[in-house]
Amino acid sequence: MRMAREFFGNINKNKVMLFMVLPGTLWFLFFSYLPMLGTVIAFKEYRFSRDGFWASIVNSKWVGLDNFKFLFTTNDAYIITRNTLLYNAAFIIVGLVLSVLMAVVLSEIVNKKLAKFYQTGMFLPYFLSWVVVGYFAFSFLSSERGMLNQIMGFFGAESVQWYSEKKYWPLILILVYLWKAVGYNSVVYLAAIMGIDKSLYEAAMIDGASKLQQIRSITLPLLRPILTIMTLLAVGKIFYADFGLFYQVPRNSGTLYSVTNVIDTYVYQGLKSTGEIGMSTAAGLYQSLVGFTLVMFSNYIVRKYDKDSALF
Amino acid sequence: MSSITRKERDFHQLSKPLNVLFNLIAGIFAFLCVFPFLFVVIISFTDEGALARDGYRLFPSKWSLGAYRYVFESGDMLLRSYGVTILVTVLGTIVSLLFMSFYAYAISRKSFRYRNFFSFLAFFTMLFNGGLVPTYIVVTQLLHLKDTIWALVLPLAVNAFYIMILRTFYTTSVPDAIIESGKIDGAGEFRIFLTLVLPLSLPGLATIALFSTLGYWNDWFNALLYIDDPNLVPLQSMLMRIETSMQFLLQNSQNSSLSIEALRSMPQDTSRMAMVVLATGPIIFAYPFFQRYFIQGLTVGAVKE
Repeated sequence: MRMAREFFGNINKNKVMLFMVLPGTLWFLFFSYLPMLGTVIAFKEYRFSRDGFWASIVNSKWVGLDNFKFLFTTNDAYIITRNTLLYNAAFIIVGLVLSVLMAVVLSEIVNKKLAKFYQTGMFLPYFLSWVVVGYFAFSFLSSERGMLNQIMGFFGAESVQWYSEKKYWPLILILVYLWKAVGYNSVVYLAAIMGIDKSLYEAAMIDGASKLQQIRSITLPLLRPILTIMTLLAVGKIFYADFGLFYQVPRNSGTLYSVTNVIDTYVYQGLKSTGEIGMSTAAGLYQSLVGFTLVMFSNYIVRKYDKDSALF
Repeated sequence: MSSITRKERDFHQLSKPLNVLFNLIAGIFAFLCVFPFLFVVIISFTDEGALARDGYRLFPSKWSLGAYRYVFESGDMLLRSYGVTILVTVLGTIVSLLFMSFYAYAISRKSFRYRNFFSFLAFFTMLFNGGLVPTYIVVTQLLHLKDTIWALVLPLAVNAFYIMILRTFYTTSVPDAIIESGKIDGAGEFRIFLTLVLPLSLPGLATIALFSTLGYWNDWFNALLYIDDPNLVPLQSMLMRIETSMQFLLQNSQNSSLSIEALRSMPQDTSRMAMVVLATGPIIFAYPFFQRYFIQGLTVGAVKE
């Protein structure tokens, strides 16, 4: 009785704050926590019921781990896992090198107005949707009209059916990713470089260090903490692919699937085209579980390395 | 004074050749980032006949305004999609700012007894999620949002990461003393939030609002999942739909009696590129002015409590 009164007293005391978190809480409930409960469909044979959401879930038959078994006996699970991991690994490594390079270059350019101008140019792709980027890619890769085939024709080379030749796509996707992400990622590193104490460079100058030596022994070592942290955080997300990149840029070309299909596009196809609800939920849950493990793991390492930069 | 600063600058200056090299690296990459957009603009101003003959050219043999004339004459589809996108963007930004600024403020207040619980509630969604399929089922079968404007607004309304950024913003830019003084003056929690806290945290709110606006303007994923009604198709999604066929445009133009011959003579490729230009135009013109807010958001982003 006293506890109840205390509880309601607390509610009353915090009622304005509780009211403020109410809309967000409802959102998290419907868009995050109910879907988490909804992952039980991964263990069911999903049957849509006219009686609505709960009926659909409750009335579907339990099938244990069948969806997972089915997923992992096909070659698909291997392909989508491989593609997701390898592409993301390439994005992390090459993206890091180029972003840092751009940040260093921008920070050193003598004319600051010009540097700002370049940065504005590099930032543009960040503001464009993947649909638009898909169109851009098409203007280069279209087999009849694209610029690439025209250039190749000019040099007397055979034109290429870009949207059905698998071997070029790992390179194309990596280039498109870099094009969109490097300018945006370099912003973080540029801010870090700007925060470096200027007197370090002055001391190095007095000791006769050249600019390149300064970059190598002052800028890069001092960037290392933030580089490590950004990389570890990216590793934590390595199981999640950018759906837009892999869906819009290859124009959903079926012949390319073995090199363009990632977990996210696979789940989408299961939901919208093949209708294998149970199995694609299973693939999604597989992604979430491994992804969760990886975030926890990388955060654990970040924490050991630098407590302040950890996610939690 | 000015001579001293000049000297100081000399300390950091690159040698001439290195400066030229660095300018080249940055300049070329910046140009490559902008180039595809320029190319698409050029294609959109190319004569359809010249395009069919030569392909996409940087210097077309014949220029034309035909694509734009066609887009503006071919019914109200583009206008309607613009309308949907603007409505969704405005509504969405307001809703998300309202939801997130309230939530973040409450969990930033030390006097809020349940702040840890609600912080965790938001934070956990950054670590784990149910995935696409269960979310889709909740939105379509429980909330029944399919083919409504809310299917484009609500899924993007709240983002735990933005809530964390906002919370950081409140704790760093609104001193406790100000809130206390408000309390002493007898203002209620709401009054304090509206009259004391909001004005101080406007820069942070503006940053988040811009991220939201960009997210809504560029969203096509939710339309792909939830929208079949041609009246509710936002810009980005319309670009996707016309990409596969001009049929969509035909069905939705007022001149639905166009014959096959007319369809064949349509400036297909150029007008699609013209739509890409018209859909991205506002962003291209606006982003240089708002760039610094995005930079601020990106660099403040990683800071936590």
